[in-house]
Amino acid sequence: MKKGYYGRFGGIFVPETLMPSIYELEAAFFRWWKDRGFREEFNGYLKDYVGRPTPLYYAANLSQRFQVKLYLKREDLCHTGAHKIMNALGQALLARRMGKTRIIAETGAGQHGVAVATACALLGLTCCIYMGVDDVERQKVNVTRMEMLGAEVVGVKAGTKTLKDAINEALRDWVTNVKTTHYILGTVFGPYPYPEMVKAFVSVIGREAQRQIWQKEGRLPEVVVACVGGGSNAMGIFYPFVSKKEVRLVGVEAGGEGIATGRHAARFQGGKVGVFQGTKSYVLQDEKGQIVDTYSIAPGLDYASVGPEHSFLMESGRVEYTYATDDEVLSAFFLTSKEEGIIPALESSHALAYVIKNSHALRHKLIIVNLSGRGDKDIDAVRGRMPI
Amino acid sequence: MNEITRIFRQLNKHGKKALIPYITAGDPSIEKTYELMQFLAENGADIIELGIPFSDPMADGEVVQRAMERSLKAGTTLQAIFSLVERFQERYKTPIILMGYLNPIYAYGVERFVAEAGRAGVKGLITVDMPPEEAREFCALLKRHGMAGIFLATPVTDQERIQVIKRFARGFLYFVSVTGVTGERDKIPPEINKKIAEIKALVKLPIALGFGISHPRIIEEFYPYLDGFVVGSALIRRWEVTFDVKDAELVNFFRGMVHACHG
Repeated sequence: MKKGYYGRFGGIFVPETLMPSIYELEAAFFRWWKDRGFREEFNGYLKDYVGRPTPLYYAANLSQRFQVKLYLKREDLCHTGAHKIMNALGQALLARRMGKTRIIAETGAGQHGVAVATACALLGLTCCIYMGVDDVERQKVNVTRMEMLGAEVVGVKAGTKTLKDAINEALRDWVTNVKTTHYILGTVFGPYPYPEMVKAFVSVIGREAQRQIWQKEGRLPEVVVACVGGGSNAMGIFYPFVSKKEVRLVGVEAGGEGIATGRHAARFQGGKVGVFQGTKSYVLQDEKGQIVDTYSIAPGLDYASVGPEHSFLMESGRVEYTYATDDEVLSAFFLTSKEEGIIPALESSHALAYVIKNSHALRHKLIIVNLSGRGDKDIDAVRGRMPI
Repeated sequence: MNEITRIFRQLNKHGKKALIPYITAGDPSIEKTYELMQFLAENGADIIELGIPFSDPMADGEVVQRAMERSLKAGTTLQAIFSLVERFQERYKTPIILMGYLNPIYAYGVERFVAEAGRAGVKGLITVDMPPEEAREFCALLKRHGMAGIFLATPVTDQERIQVIKRFARGFLYFVSVTGVTGERDKIPPEINKKIAEIKALVKLPIALGFGISHPRIIEEFYPYLDGFVVGSALIRRWEVTFDVKDAELVNFFRGMVHACHG
């Protein structure tokens, strides 16, 4: 396979100005990832700062209700409320070793932005977060959190004023300040080595889950389910299971208001292969190759493309990709809150919705759902849609 | 020798530099772009760089972003851009190069794109988000259809990197004056001269300077070190005021830039 590729997906598609930094990052990542001191420092933070290992929790009430054996990988219990903190910390530690003093990042819902701002506060790095002005408006609490952590939040007025525009603006900043600045991309996306590096920082999720299910059940799970936006939480839990062929892996994209309405973010339903923001993967685009507006109730899944390795895993058939609509997601959200006393993020609720919708076919199966984040951030979005 | 390279050589022989205006095709309409191309050709442009609009131009500053938005709003298609080039080439000799991002080209079909661009008379192509590493097959296609694959070098390009770029670069080498996106600048760091000299020693192609070329005085400052200059945002900013080729501000500005290049 060509370097930086997953089958025919991936690669490095960036302006020439960034190429030296891409190579610098690649060299630094592979050097430090093998370095014992770096790994000890990273693992130390995962344990005492992030709170790992996160529990693998048997969801007895949902299990009983749907006649399945459902475990939740509790990434919602990570510091800052989602799995995003691991990638943010890993890259910030790397940036410090590369001698970069300034960090930039994009954020949609604000979860990655908060995680990066947190890592920067901890490690004493200057931090600038790009966020579409529409998202700034929708996610005021996270904007305040980032500012309290010492980050500068820059509202992006260009284009659709959401996540993809925040990434464009972060790339423009990086091109400009490339000598001093490291760009902490938030998912298994973008030019190589990002997809590989982010995977390395998050796949502790799947390694823990595998060990924990052995301890609790003495066997591998039959199904592992995760939501897929850019795809970092899914890659994190899937990756250690990819070689275990007997384990079914299911990725759930954002079906929004339904595929037929066009208001969704399900790249494997309505997208085709393209080159966008540094990588070749499935992209939601019009017939002219212009990137289209996407929609999901879950801002973390509301993005026009998907990590290139997911495209590879889809075409190779190793992972099944499906979608859940907003309505299905909301009922899973409320049901999990009420049955288990756990308020899941709307993103993670996509994975729960899959299990609920397919509970008949999944009867008695041993299932792990990656509960990638907690839902406190979504309270405003779901208020008024609570079932009576 | 590629036609683009030849133009530089001819100008150089007379002690002149190539002036390469950049405009976005279809901004604000194909018809208006044709008028602007006529104006540029008749007033001394040596090569015209036509931008293909894209929804997410990550290497462009605000002025070019706006131009691309207007073009997309007008519904500009690649077919329309090819016919525009064809029509222009029937009356004018000024060579046209295209500048674009990869996805619209990829969606159109790379082979089809290159074949139709070649047939329309396009002489070269800059693909902003396709570094040489990803360009092997693309460049082979361009060569087969008589077009130059034009690549960029930047202030952070080192000698090792130049060797990679050099293997693919044809026509001319586009030197980016600053680390950053397209857009006007008051001043360009004078130390890039050192970098340009370093690259010149390694590359035979003519070298043109782009990004931030906002004033004849910048051309004068770097005149001895380069073979040509690309002017984009400074031109579009004047164009977008009236979209009128008779606009005095636009006319004076462009003639000033031409004068700086041709003396």
